[in-house]
Amino acid sequence: MRKSILALATGLLLAGSVSAASAADKLKVGFIYLGPIGDLGWTYQHDLARQALVKELGDQIETTYLENVPEGPDAERSIEQLVRAGNKLIFTTSFGYMDPTLKVAKKYPNVHFEHATGYKRAPNMSTYSAKWFQGRYIQGLIAAKMSKSGVLGYIGSFPIPEVVSGINATMLAAQTIKPDIKVKIIWANTWFDPGKEADAAKALIDQGADVIMQHTDSPAAMQIASERGKLAFGQDSEMIKFGPKTQLTSILDTWGPYYIERVKAELAGTWKSQDSWGGLDSHMFAMAPYTNMPDDVKKMAEDAQAAIIAGKLHPFKCPIVGQDGKPVECKGGDHLDDSQILGMNFYVKGIDDKLPGK
Amino acid sequence: MELIEAIILAVLAASTPLLIAATGELVTERSGVLNLGVEGMMIVGAACGFAGAWLTGSVFVGTLCGIVAGTMMSLIFALMALGLAVNQVATGLALTILGVGLSGLIGAGFVGERITPAVHLAIPGLTDIPLVGRVLFGEDGFVYVSIALVIGVWWFLYRTRAGLILRACGDNHVSAHALGYPVLRIRTFAVMFGGACAGLAGAYLPLAYTPFFIPGMTAGRGWIALALVVFSSWRPGRLVIGAYLFGAVTILQLHAQGWGIGIPSQFMSALPYLATVIVLVLLSRARSGGSTAPAALGTVFVPDR
Repeated sequence: MRKSILALATGLLLAGSVSAASAADKLKVGFIYLGPIGDLGWTYQHDLARQALVKELGDQIETTYLENVPEGPDAERSIEQLVRAGNKLIFTTSFGYMDPTLKVAKKYPNVHFEHATGYKRAPNMSTYSAKWFQGRYIQGLIAAKMSKSGVLGYIGSFPIPEVVSGINATMLAAQTIKPDIKVKIIWANTWFDPGKEADAAKALIDQGADVIMQHTDSPAAMQIASERGKLAFGQDSEMIKFGPKTQLTSILDTWGPYYIERVKAELAGTWKSQDSWGGLDSHMFAMAPYTNMPDDVKKMAEDAQAAIIAGKLHPFKCPIVGQDGKPVECKGGDHLDDSQILGMNFYVKGIDDKLPGK
Repeated sequence: MELIEAIILAVLAASTPLLIAATGELVTERSGVLNLGVEGMMIVGAACGFAGAWLTGSVFVGTLCGIVAGTMMSLIFALMALGLAVNQVATGLALTILGVGLSGLIGAGFVGERITPAVHLAIPGLTDIPLVGRVLFGEDGFVYVSIALVIGVWWFLYRTRAGLILRACGDNHVSAHALGYPVLRIRTFAVMFGGACAGLAGAYLPLAYTPFFIPGMTAGRGWIALALVVFSSWRPGRLVIGAYLFGAVTILQLHAQGWGIGIPSQFMSALPYLATVIVLVLLSRARSGGSTAPAALGTVFVPDR
């Protein structure tokens, strides 16, 4: 019987581990996480940001998080659980929490919600996301310089606009250096399956790719590239441990400054519903150190980063030619506008692959 | 040539954990016990296997830790489902939930650590033969063990008296009991064997496949192993075909995407499941005209003492 109690206890642990320290009249801030905090990727970075928040404002706030919360209608219960525990500001950190967050937000107008990477808002529900395509553009420049075979390998998760815009930004950048550069794209149809990601990386390398880029969450591809003596970019977090001589750079999700800013607003009573879509300039994400490349490539990457921050370089600068050879309509003046990037469902010229579902 | 060799190597690597876990579950189910906790036993095997290898610096010790951990998990199942005669389906599902949580707890301190993966066999001369050299003589130990394991299980089930008794327990536990065989003890050993195999399959993931530990890294492979047992009609030979077919289609669809064949990737990702189910169903229809599930599979047995 003791073992069945253990089973029950651990089962509850899986459904959502709660960590909290109690204290009176501190602002309670809650977080809903998709994966375990030890996933070394998406959730890990959100938790690093929470820790930064605690370090900065720990004397005025108290944080609680629920990890391993599945996306979809079931998330509603977890979000409500945080509301009932007295949290006044709640961050729901994955796209699939969009509708559940909205539902709970409507039910509790006095609680404020912050939803990551979604597009539905309410008077008490903000959204926030990052312009990762800016980082992908810099990676494209580096990849084109570093590739000897002229073939890049790209592991995609799902063919959604965020991932497609990343592939396009990469290729637009790479083409400025090597106009005839090729990219091989494999969709894993999962965000997280280390074995499958490793198999995809092996397949890309076996087919001649020598720089591996990924939009999936585990360090498996980095580790395979390292084993095979190729180069690769990390994803979400620092992965250099898995490829000390392999990682060129990595797009690091750095939500910390945003979380601190929003909690300060809540404390000051100035919190308002808004949509934040920050880039390199607003520190919504950062680039890991540029490593394993010659100094001139490193300088090029740093210059591009500075130009993007200064607003002088836009990855989707017009004219942009689609895969079908026709120019893409330019709604944002001299570059694509935000709605075109957020809803991107086409490949640019020079990508031989067919976009799934097109 | 080189590409074909690379593909075969990748197929073997992807199929091996499925084959090991499914072979164990096949023995468990042949004794009449349905243990749905394969995924949970595997992930605990992965966590303990990695922990053992990291702490001792030995992949071999790590592998043993994985096997022991899987066996311990299966003992929890045996205690509940055999000892206390609790519903096997519910117990198996609970075991998976327990395993996923427990592995996260055990592995938490090891996330982000690296180990030297299992060494690959290297015989001068033989391993260098083009095309077949690395496939036959350059694998890691897990691959050879998986093949020995499935041959051993086939021999045990169909060529030994003990195997016959185990199958008798699975087909009619009342008769086996009446003949004086200790049904529950035999089933406990079968469940433990299944757990040991699941632990070994789990340990393979962080020790050879992708040499690091991350919570949830089995990513549903335990469930695929369970399905393979059913679709192979509980026969070791067909299990081998099913496991390698699944691995082969998985790898080939990745390559097909890289070549840009233009079939939607969502369909390609579903293809391994589709191909394996169709082939194994056709095989079982052609040979035996239907399912050959152990007759007492999943039923509770309480001896009247």
